[in-house]
Amino acid sequence: MNAKTLEKLKILADAAKYDVSCSSSGSKRKNKNGGLGNAEGMGICHSYTEDGRCVSLLKILLTNFCIYDCAYCVSRSSNDVKRAAFTVQEVVELSINFYRRNYIEGLFLSSGIFKNADYTMERLVRIARDLRTLHKFNGYIHLKTIPGASDELVHEAGLYADRLSVNLEIPSEKNLKKIAPEKNYKEVYDPMNYLQEQITGYQGEKKGKNKGRLFAPAGQSTQLVVGATPETDRHILSLSESLYQDQELKRVYYSGYIPVSDDNRLPALKSPPLLRENRLYQADWLMRFYGFQAEELTDESEPNLDLRLDPKVCWALRNPWLFPVDIQKAPYEMILRVPGIGVKSARMIITSRKFGKLREEHLKKMGLAFNRARYFICGFNGSLKLHDWKPEVLKTHLISSTHQNFGQTSLFNA
Amino acid sequence: MTFLYNGSWEGLLCVYFQVFNENQSPDAIHVKMSSSVSLFSIGEEVPLIDGHAERVQQKLRKTSPRFLNRLFKIFLSEEAGREMLIYRLIRLQLQDINRALADFRNPDVRLSERIEKKINREVHRMHAFVRFQRTADDLWLAPIQPDFNVMPLIGRHFEKRYADQKWVIYDIKRNYGLYYDLERTEFVEMDFSMNGSLEKLSDEFLHAEEKGYQKLWQNYFESTNIKARKNPKLHLRHVPKRYWRFLYEKHPG
Repeated sequence: MNAKTLEKLKILADAAKYDVSCSSSGSKRKNKNGGLGNAEGMGICHSYTEDGRCVSLLKILLTNFCIYDCAYCVSRSSNDVKRAAFTVQEVVELSINFYRRNYIEGLFLSSGIFKNADYTMERLVRIARDLRTLHKFNGYIHLKTIPGASDELVHEAGLYADRLSVNLEIPSEKNLKKIAPEKNYKEVYDPMNYLQEQITGYQGEKKGKNKGRLFAPAGQSTQLVVGATPETDRHILSLSESLYQDQELKRVYYSGYIPVSDDNRLPALKSPPLLRENRLYQADWLMRFYGFQAEELTDESEPNLDLRLDPKVCWALRNPWLFPVDIQKAPYEMILRVPGIGVKSARMIITSRKFGKLREEHLKKMGLAFNRARYFICGFNGSLKLHDWKPEVLKTHLISSTHQNFGQTSLFNA
Repeated sequence: MTFLYNGSWEGLLCVYFQVFNENQSPDAIHVKMSSSVSLFSIGEEVPLIDGHAERVQQKLRKTSPRFLNRLFKIFLSEEAGREMLIYRLIRLQLQDINRALADFRNPDVRLSERIEKKINREVHRMHAFVRFQRTADDLWLAPIQPDFNVMPLIGRHFEKRYADQKWVIYDIKRNYGLYYDLERTEFVEMDFSMNGSLEKLSDEFLHAEEKGYQKLWQNYFESTNIKARKNPKLHLRHVPKRYWRFLYEKHPG
C-alpha cells in the first residue's frame, strides 16, 4: 500500500462517516467454502471512535465526486473539498487486509454519483462480486443502492451483499426537493420496493434453482436526517413505522444534522441535535421491541418528543388510567410498557413469578430501574399507596430526579 | 466437610459426582495447593476417575444444555466461591428442573446470571479486540489479556472466520494460547523472547506489509471520527482503557 492509498482513505472515509448505519448483524452467511470470513453471528463493534460510535465495517465511499448538489451532503458538487476515487482493486485489498487482522466485520461501500446511477451502481456491484467470487470472502458487505439504478443491477447487488440501503435522508419529499433539487422519493422507494419483493421471494423459495440461495440476508435499512428540515417527531416516527411495515426495513437510522456547510438552504445550528436524535432512537426501539405504535408516542397537540424525559415515561404520564400495573398478574405486554422495565427484566418477572410471589427486594435486584418503575407498579409488599397521582406532579418530580438526583421521597413529603 | 480437586473442570465435576452419589454436603470446595502449609490443603482429596466427569455432564445436559453451559462459564470466571455456587445451582436444578435458570427471586440464580453475562461480555470483547499481526512466514499473531480465562470459549469463532490463515491467539497473562494450523485448533505454550515480546515483535519477524496496514488502520480510525459529536464518557464505557494496549488505532504515530 502506498502513500496515495493512504491519502484516498483519509478523504473517502471522512466523506462516508455521516452515514450513521454501522450494523453488521442479521446475516446468515457462513464460511462454507473454506475461504475467508463468516457473517452468521451477531454484529461486532471492533472499535469505537471518540464520539462513542461503533466501528464495525470499513465505511468508505468509492468516490466523493458527485454530480448532485444536495445541500445537506458534504460531497455535494458545489462544495469545495478534495476529491478522490478508489480503484476496485484498492477497495478489495483494503477490505481483505483489514478483515484478516480482525479490524472489521466487513465493508460498507457507498459512493458519490459519477456519470449516472447505473454507472456508479455497476462499480459497487463489481467490488462485491470480486470479493465474493474471486476472493471467497464471507465477511459482511453492506452496499448502498444508488437511487435510480436499474432493477438488474440492484438484483445483482442483492446476490452479493448482506445488507442494502438507500437513504431517504430528508423526512418529507417536499423538503427534500427544496434542498436536493435532483432527488425525489420515487427514485428511493422504487429500488426499496423492488428489493423487498426479491428478499421475500428468495426467502420463500423452498425448491427450484434459488432454494437456499442468499439474497441480502440482513435486509434493508435507511437513514433520515433530523433537524435540517422542519418535520416533527410525530411525522418522522409515522414515516419510520410505515417503512418497517410496508417496506419491511430492518432498521431506520436517525442522523442529527451536522452543519457541514454554510449553504443558505439549511438552518445554521450551533451543534447537532444529539438529544433529539437519542429520543428518536428510544422511540424507534419502543416500536420495534415493545409493541408501541408510532401514534402513541407523541400527541397531536405536542407532536415532538419531550427532550427532558424518555418517550416511555411520557407515554405513561399521558395514560395514567392504565397504571399501576400488578406485577404479579399483568400480562407480559403490559409489564413491558412500565417505565423503568426493559425486555430483560420483564422476562425475569414473568418467569420468576411462576415460582412464587415477587417481593420488593427481588424487584430491586432484577436489574430494572426500580426508583422509576415503582410509581407505575403494585401488587408487592413495597407498593406505593398512591393510586391517584397527578401526571403533572409526577412529571415534575421525575424530571428533577432524572436531572438532579433529588431524593425520591420528596414527592410524598410535600 | 471440605473437598479438594486438581483445579480442572473435570476434577471439579468428579467432586460433584461423589457428593451427589454419596449424599454428602460440602461446606467448601477448593483447588488443592501444592504447599503443605496452605489453608486450602486440608480436606478430602477427590481423585479424577474415568467416566465420572462425563456422567455428571450428561446428566446436567439432559436437564438443559444451557444450564451446563452456564456452569462451565462460572467455572472459567475464576470467581471466588464458584465451586460452591455451582454445587448449589446443581442441587436446585435437580430439585426442580429449570428453576435454576428461571427463578430470579433466588440470589444464586441472579448471581449466576450476572457471572455468565460478565463472561459473555469478555468473550465478545475478545471477538472484537483481537488484533492479528502478520509475520514474515505468514502466521497471524495476536496477544490478549482477558479479565477471565475465556480462551476455551473463543476458538470456534476464529476458526470459522479465519479458516484459510494460520493464527495464534495468546493469553500473555495466563501464558497459553490457541494455535490454528489450517486443520485444527489446539492449546499451546510458546516462547516469544527470541523475537522481542509478543507485543513488540521485531521488524524482521513481521511481514513487509504489516506496518503499512497498521498505519492505514490508524488513519481510517482517525478519519471516521466526527469531532462535532465527541463523547469521551461513552467512548470509555465501550472500550475501557485496559483494552487499549493491543489496539493499534489507539496508539497513533
